[in-house]
Order: sequence, then structure tokens, then C-alpha cells
Amino acid sequence: MRHEIRFSGFGGQGIILSAVILGRAAALYDQKYAVQTQVYGPEARGGASMSAVIIDDEPILFPKVRDPDTYVIMSQQGFEKYGKSPRDDAVMLLDSDLVHDRPSCTWVGIPATLSAKKDLGREIVANIIMLGALTTATTVVSGPALEKAILDSVPKGTEDLNLKAMRRGQELGIEGGSS
Amino acid sequence: MRDDWLREDRLPHIYCAGCGNGTIMNCVLEAVEKTGWDQKKTIFISGIGCSSRAPGYILTDSLHTTHGRAIAFATGVKMANPSLHVVVFTGDGDLAAIGGNHFIHACRRNIDITVVCMNNHIYGMTGGQGSPTTPIGKTSTTTPYGADEAPFDLAELAMAAGANYVARWTSFHVKQLTDSVLTGLNTPGFSLIEVRCQCPTSYGRRNKYREPVDYMTYLKSHAVLKEKWERSAAPGTELPVDSFLVGEFVRRQRPVMGVPDEA
Amino acid sequence: MQGNIASAEGALAAGCTFFGGYPITPSTEVAEHMATRMPKIKGACFIQMEDEIASIAAVIGAAWTGARSMTATSGPGFSLMMENIGYAVMTETPCVIVNIQRGGPSTGQPTMAAQGDIMQVKFGSHGDYSIIALAPSSVQECFDLTAKAFNLADRFRTPVFLMADEVIGHMREKIEIPDSVEIVRPKPLPEGALPFAPGPDGVSGFAAFGTGRHIPVTGLTHDERGYPDTTNPARHESLVRRLVSKIEDARHDIADYSIVNEEAEYVFVCYGAPVRTVREVVERLRLPDTGYLQLRTVWPFPEGLLSRFPKVKAFIVPEMNLGMMAREIERHVSVPVIPVSKIGGDLHTPEELVEAVKAAGGLL
Repeated sequence: MRHEIRFSGFGGQGIILSAVILGRAAALYDQKYAVQTQVYGPEARGGASMSAVIIDDEPILFPKVRDPDTYVIMSQQGFEKYGKSPRDDAVMLLDSDLVHDRPSCTWVGIPATLSAKKDLGREIVANIIMLGALTTATTVVSGPALEKAILDSVPKGTEDLNLKAMRRGQELGIEGGSS
Repeated sequence: MRDDWLREDRLPHIYCAGCGNGTIMNCVLEAVEKTGWDQKKTIFISGIGCSSRAPGYILTDSLHTTHGRAIAFATGVKMANPSLHVVVFTGDGDLAAIGGNHFIHACRRNIDITVVCMNNHIYGMTGGQGSPTTPIGKTSTTTPYGADEAPFDLAELAMAAGANYVARWTSFHVKQLTDSVLTGLNTPGFSLIEVRCQCPTSYGRRNKYREPVDYMTYLKSHAVLKEKWERSAAPGTELPVDSFLVGEFVRRQRPVMGVPDEA
Repeated sequence: MQGNIASAEGALAAGCTFFGGYPITPSTEVAEHMATRMPKIKGACFIQMEDEIASIAAVIGAAWTGARSMTATSGPGFSLMMENIGYAVMTETPCVIVNIQRGGPSTGQPTMAAQGDIMQVKFGSHGDYSIIALAPSSVQECFDLTAKAFNLADRFRTPVFLMADEVIGHMREKIEIPDSVEIVRPKPLPEGALPFAPGPDGVSGFAAFGTGRHIPVTGLTHDERGYPDTTNPARHESLVRRLVSKIEDARHDIADYSIVNEEAEYVFVCYGAPVRTVREVVERLRLPDTGYLQLRTVWPFPEGLLSRFPKVKAFIVPEMNLGMMAREIERHVSVPVIPVSKIGGDLHTPEELVEAVKAAGGLL
């Protein structure tokens, strides 16, 4: 089964890291093939950033995501630039407070940034909440694989916080108000 | 001359009659011999210009590199193998114009090399163009009405950029020059020895120092010993016109790069 | 692992002990990774130089101490390195230069991919010369080809280039890192031999600085002792012809390539990132009558491989430039060569290549 996942948001939200973690989870712990790419500009913070992952059972040749079946969108500008015309059977996870529009495809609203601030006290883990939600709202990655990949990727001393964020995301992925 | 260190099969050399470079080379080789360094482990590196032909006449491993880049090449040699002794021959154009950035950064890093700059205030090899050390008013083929840009003071520049050892002499001050080169070679970190020298062919001919001895006489009479000047002149006094300080400008022990690990 | 990191790891696996570099997008991760890894390796040195001119100079200096030396850069930095690359060629200094290509000319597109330096790598420094250039199309190839580049550099005593691009350099894929890689060091300079006297393959033996051979290295035209001899036309001609032929004569030996479907009528010739799209079209979509030649060695150009396709009607050359290698290929074949040029930073899509084949069919 091939999945093409596109992440978008603004610089500083960890959009590229999200894709790196997802790719790592799939390639190293779900035993699939994965390729991660990105589009980025000169801004380290702000701007609309995009990253993408292809996950497949077979080796991946053309590496760029062109017609995603899964979206993770964390800003209105990111939605407008990279999320406006999804295919009909796509699933889009939205940060429900930061993205105002809603797509034509199936979508799941995740209050990731709000929850990161309110429940975990650290806005920076909003992207990990979104990743957690991916494991329950879609089938692109397994929970155990994601957990290992998160632990590989986050700074020492922040493991607990990030795992909490992932679990919170998993809950929100189930609860999420879908269209 | 020190025969063991010379490639006799390269002679005759390209230097004009009366050029100061041969004298300076001789002083440097004498100082190197005094260090007791293994000829096998001593590397001479240069850029482009008359000065930079010197390593080619010396019987060691040597790199005659691209214009201005000798110090960058030397940095690679010294950092990759700190057990080697690295000496750079350069000129005023090579060091201070095209190579100026490498020069100040090597001083900043305080990399353990010794740089001998043959400063004749002119581009000799290309036929007498103005350089960043051509004094105001002096004539060259690119300053036919007299230089109107302020020149660099190479010793001050090296000091400000962080070098551990800086001295300036002239091709007249053979003994002092040899002693300073030796001190530079033995001082860990970056050493600059600036040597003001005569270029009768390109500089002298256009600036009323046609005979080599004319410029030697100028060097002798206008070089003011730094120690003496600081002792005798009232603070704030300007040096007489056309005079310049010679002597040891700084000797210090700032942290260095490119020395062998203490094992 | 990211392509840039894989390239750095490939270098370390090959025993690279000197890296001199200057930060530039999109190559910076190579330097950053070396800065992290090399201080923990005994005898290895990472140094951030003041610019790219100094970086390549330091790399060449380090190479003469016998260290396997490397730098990494991108377009503007690559342009700055050109003079000293010529120096490395003239002095026969083994070293490796990684170029993660971005859109040019000038500052252009720092974060977007291109293959616009593929002619510059061969012709960018002044004078006649030849070099070896490799082009990876996957993260695995970034590792493998960087390691291999050091062997080629030592064997032929020449700068060797890894011509990657932003797509491959920043892409992340799983790779397998072998326990060890093949290491071929330069043949030693025989006792009593002159330092620039060529062997039968046109390559001289190598002796590192500090080993008592007293080698005078100069960028001037020189004799076999290394002594300048700049006004003798015969001397210059024999030296430069040897520097070129030691590489060009070995081009089919150096060639690293893949061929799929020699019976194809429409043959893609590709290198670097566009290989991915070509493989998608030929291997996954199985577009009829198509095959491909992937060049992992771009220079010296192994033109003999083009005759491996007896039924070819046209060569189709997708490149992220305005048709640079297409012109090289055109020199060697009598069938049409169709460039599929794409600049701006996006990789060719499979549809674009399918269209190109259809259009080629219509033309013929």
C-alpha cells in the first residue's frame, strides 16, 4: 500500500521534523520503504513550509509527493498553498484553530496547538500531537513505530513531554470532529 | 649560502641584480638551520609573485600555489599534519591585496606558521604596478601620478588580527632579521616577519632609487627602531615623513592552532 | 538518512581525515556533520575556512600531507573554487569536492535543485584539462559514490567531484552502511623516481610531504622533477596532454552506470535526480519500447555506452538545466537527441517524460 503524506505549516512549527520522524518510523520500524523531501525558503521562522513523505511496500523511484492521500496542515497559509485541492478520497488532519477553511475531502480537526499550550504547557510539541493523531485517524504509520522514531529524534530530556504529546494526539485523532 | 638547503640545479634564479629577495631568503634559511628542524619535515609554501618563487630554490617539499592563497594552503598542510614545520614566503601584493582575507583569518586563528613578507611596495613580477603598501605619492605603472590611496601597515594589521609574533625589519638589517625569523619560527602560533626591501627594477627605477644601494641607504636611514622611538619620543609624536618603525612589535602567547597534541 | 549526511559518512568510511569548508545552502549539512564527527576521530581535522577559495586551498594542502581530503559546496562557492581546482589538476593533487547543485546563475535559487554546474565541473577552470565527476541519484549512492570518489582521486591523482543536487542532498531514505568500504590508495612514488614522472597509465606515484622526497609542487608548467619550465611549448603540450589522457583514456574503465532494456527504441540518458523519474517511467509504469542509461560517472563521458542500444530511435535526455549533457551526447550519435530541460527547481514528473517519449514517437 502506497501512501503520500504532505505536511504544511509555518516555519518553526517543526514541519520538516514531522516528516523526518514519520519517514523514520515507516522505514526503520514499520519495515516499509520511505522517502522524505521538502520545500523550504530562506525563512527559518514564519513563511509557508512544506515537507512530504512517501511510504510504500516497494522501493520508491520518483521521490516527490504530487497527489497526497494524507495531509497534515498546521496553518491557514499552508492550507492555501499546499492543501486547497486534495483528491476526493484524501484525509486531511488540520490544526483546527490555526486553519480556518475546511477541505472538500474527509478531514479531522485536531486542536494541536491549543492542546500543546493548554494540556502540555509547550506549544512546540504541537507537531508531535499531529503525528500522534496520524496513528489513530489514518493507517499510514503504527503507534509503536512512531513512538520509537520520536524517541530517536527529539532532544534528550524532552522524551516524556514528546511521548505525552504523541498520546494526546492519539486521543484527539479518535475524538476529532470529522466531516 | 647554505648549500644543503638549496636546489643548485635550479640556479640561476630569476631575481634581478640588486633584488632584496635573495638576502631575505638567506636570512630565513640561516634561521631555519638554527632551529635544527629536520629538512624532511620543513615545508615552504608561497603564492604568486617574485617573493613566491623562493620555495622553488629550496630543497624541501614545497607548494608554489595560486595568487594570494599561500596561507590558506599552508593552513591545510599544518592542520592535517601539525608535526610539519611550515614557512610561507609572500609579497605585499600577494599577502595584503588578493590574499588579505586569508592573512587576517590566519592571524585570528593563530595557526602555527611563520610568514615572511618581502614588502617591496610594488608588483615586481608583472612589471611595477601599485600595491596596497605603495606609499602615498610614489609612482608605479598604475599610479603614474603618484599613489593616492593610504597604504596598509602589515605589522599593525597582523597584530590587530591576533598574531602571536610580529616583527618588521629591512633587507639592510640582516642580523636582526635573522634573529626575528628565528624567534618567529620558535614561537607557537602565527608569526609575521615583514621585510621592507628594494626592488630596483620596478620600484626604484620609478621612484629615484635606481641603484640598489640608493634604496638600501633609504631603508637604513629611515628605519626607526621601535624600542628607541617609544623610549625617546614624546607620546603622540608623529614619525618623521617617510620613516617607519622596525623591531619586534609583539610577542605573546595567545591560544594557537596547528601544534602537535601533547601526547 | 539525508543525502548530505550520507555523503559525509561515505567520506568518513573511506578514511577522509581532512575537511575544509564554508557554509552554503544546500550543502551545509555535509560540513555540519563533519564538524560533529571529525573531532571524535583520531588524527582527523575539520576546519571552517574564511571562504570557498580558502577551503579548497586547505584541502589541497592537506592532501599533500597524505590525508584524504574533502570539501563540500554549492554553485556560488563552486565558482569561487575554480582557480584552485585548476591548481589541483595541474599539480595532480587527489581530493574530493562535493557540489550539491542549486539553481543559478549567481545566487539564483539557494534552496532549489538544479544540474546547471555539470559543464562547469569539466570546463570551469581555465585551460585544457579533464576531471572525474560522479552523480548520485539516491541517498545510498551519495554514500557509495563519495567513498568511491576518494579511490578514483588517489588512483588518478586528480580532483574528483560528487555532483549531487538539492533533491538528492536533502532527501531522506533508508540506506545500508557496509562494515567497510574498498580503499585504494595512490601507488607510491618509487625510490629514485622523479615526482612527476608518469607510469604506464600516465599517473605518477605519490609521496606525501614530510617523507623526505623534497617535492617542489607548482601550478606552473613543470618538468618531471616539478621544476617550472614555462616557455617550452613541447613541455607544456606533453604535460597537459598527459593530464587529459590519463583520465580520458580510462573513461570506459572508470564508467559506473546502469543499463535497463538494451532493446529499447527510446532510450533515456540520465544522471542525478532525474534518474528517479526515468526509473518510474521505465520500470514502474513500463512505458513500451523505453529503456535507460544511468550515468553514475558523468565525466569522463563514456560515449561507448551509447552504442549498447542497437534499436534506438532517439535518446531522450532529461536534465535540470537547459540541455547541457544532451549536447555532449549529440556529439557521439547519429540518431536524434531530445533534451527534456527543466529548470526552476522541480524534478521532472513521470507524465512529462511519458509526454516526451510520445512526442519523440510523433517526430520520427
